[in-house]
Amino acid sequence: MPDAAVAATGGSGWRKALLMAPALAWLGLLIVLPHAELAVLSFREQVGPRHYVPSLSHYREFFHEPEYWHTFVRTAWMSIVATSATLLLAFPIAWVIAKIARGRAAAWLFLACMIPFWISETVRTLGWMILLRETGVLPTLLVKLGILAHPVEFLYHDTTILVGLIYTSMLFMIVPLVSSLESLDNALIEAAYDLGANGFTVLRKIVIPHAAPGITAGCIIVFMLTLGNYITPTLLGGKDSGWFTEQIYTEFITRFDWGQGAAFGFLLLVLSTTIVIAGLKLTGQRFGDVMGRQ
Amino acid sequence: MNQPDLTAQSVVKRFGDHVAVDSISFEVARGSFFSILGPSGCGKTTLLRMIAGFLAPDGGEIAIGGRSMRGVAPNRRPVNMVFQQLALFPMMSVGENVEFGLARRGVPRAERRRKAEAMLERVGLAGAAAKRVDELSGGQRQRVAIARSLVLEPTLLLLDEPLGALDLKLREHMKIELKQLQAEFGTTFVYITHDQSEALVLSDHVGVMNHGRFEQIGTPQDLYYRPRTPFVAGFVGDSNRLAGRATGIDGDRVRVDTGDGWIVEARRAGEVASADAVEVFLRPEAATLSRPGEASAAPAATHEGVVESLLFDGAKSAVLLRERRSRREVRIALPQTGEFADLKTGEAVAFHFDPARAVCFRARRDGDA
Repeated sequence: MPDAAVAATGGSGWRKALLMAPALAWLGLLIVLPHAELAVLSFREQVGPRHYVPSLSHYREFFHEPEYWHTFVRTAWMSIVATSATLLLAFPIAWVIAKIARGRAAAWLFLACMIPFWISETVRTLGWMILLRETGVLPTLLVKLGILAHPVEFLYHDTTILVGLIYTSMLFMIVPLVSSLESLDNALIEAAYDLGANGFTVLRKIVIPHAAPGITAGCIIVFMLTLGNYITPTLLGGKDSGWFTEQIYTEFITRFDWGQGAAFGFLLLVLSTTIVIAGLKLTGQRFGDVMGRQ
Repeated sequence: MNQPDLTAQSVVKRFGDHVAVDSISFEVARGSFFSILGPSGCGKTTLLRMIAGFLAPDGGEIAIGGRSMRGVAPNRRPVNMVFQQLALFPMMSVGENVEFGLARRGVPRAERRRKAEAMLERVGLAGAAAKRVDELSGGQRQRVAIARSLVLEPTLLLLDEPLGALDLKLREHMKIELKQLQAEFGTTFVYITHDQSEALVLSDHVGVMNHGRFEQIGTPQDLYYRPRTPFVAGFVGDSNRLAGRATGIDGDRVRVDTGDGWIVEARRAGEVASADAVEVFLRPEAATLSRPGEASAAPAATHEGVVESLLFDGAKSAVLLRERRSRREVRIALPQTGEFADLKTGEAVAFHFDPARAVCFRARRDGDA
């Protein structure tokens, strides 16, 4: 019995280390090590064959070439738009699942949100292409219905990229929203009505403050996924989608300039971290609270 | 002046085949404390939610302050509710909770704050406005919930078993506090509870509800001393219930044979004919104990029994007897004089009661239990 008690509380240092090992290996081998390597790559410059010197040239290159930082800002802006749109669309769905549907109906609705995720993202995105390309389902249908005179190319627009990103992100917004809305006591909503509030005030004063950690968690997840997405912008936006991950891919794979690619990777990391922190500050929340509540 | 604050006329609510509230009519006078008392599932919560406006009646009419509430949304009714779990807003401070309703009415911030602070002071929570809700004790939260409603000066305050979540000691204390608050504010209270002691202590009038109907509406004394139905006699206060058959009727006296050799006399309530199956309800404090052999000067019949167990509970102490012939269990309150303090289990005792204080109903038939 005392042994079990010791094990349960993690009394022995060895046991604790063993339990932590997978997580530490994950962090160390897959995150810290590659990033350290990338950091080294990004902060040096090749001056001759196999000859490198420490330098900021890769970062300087980013700011000198407008193409690069235009793409950078565009990616950030479109990710913010996609995240906001996902939130606006997911909120009513989450509300129905958490508060209106009962028992089986709620489970079915939840399943309906999840089913698309049983298919790989690439295949799903190709599905969108079949629907939207000039000879695809939607343009043909619109011509048949007499709404369009000629088929129109729906692919390769910013809106198309946004639609694809929102579609891909939906579930990751709905899950934290449902869990935070489910924990909202209906009596609070009734009490607010009883004290004279209307629907809008109930939403603003009761529902949103209560769901704030879920909203923030969903937004962080969706924003990260969107910012780092590669397949969706590339397939739906075409070669000129202007997504920053595509820029990184080009540096590493096409131009074989690992140093430049590593610098871009770091800039993207700084960008996502900055925007997440700014978002938390703006809504007055702490990261620990947001993640701890889920 | 004499216009009632709440009138309900033939109010009906059905859920599918189940009739939750079955054509109920009643009135609550201005400034009074009215309780709706009933077991869980009797429809009292449904009735309260219809008054608050969260449910629409399927039939009948509810009027508050003389105005029909048909089609009036909960946020437009001159009614506020104290919820079972209080439903204080955890994302707001105590002061913001109290100000919430005032803000919805567009009261300016400074006035809102002043009113909220004055109200908190009146409920004994001066200076608590800045506190968070979870910093308060159960009793303090209770007071905030009441303050939050009363600050809006509603015509009617509805309370949905607000003491249910508190521990016993605090519940007793809050009972007294609620009664004092009601007297002080003069607001009409409609209180629902399944706890008969709460209803008796607090109310001016009580409606005893069962199966979606009022069995009886009256003062606590009426319900206790003059119950009109067997349900009320059994539900309000403690009673010994004896089933038997009426063997003789003399005016309002009924002679009842319990079928196992015990004959008792009781006061007739409602229609009872000879040979009817009946139920007799006898309050523990209506019977008087005596030692066997002591010459009892009582005019009533004396019964005999053996002490089965002693239930010491201070002023509410009682003794459980087995009646000698029928072997039925009878609970009798011990007198406060300490006269029977030395009573022992197994001891033979006698008891008698005034037949006027035992009440006899015709037994409920199967199906309308």
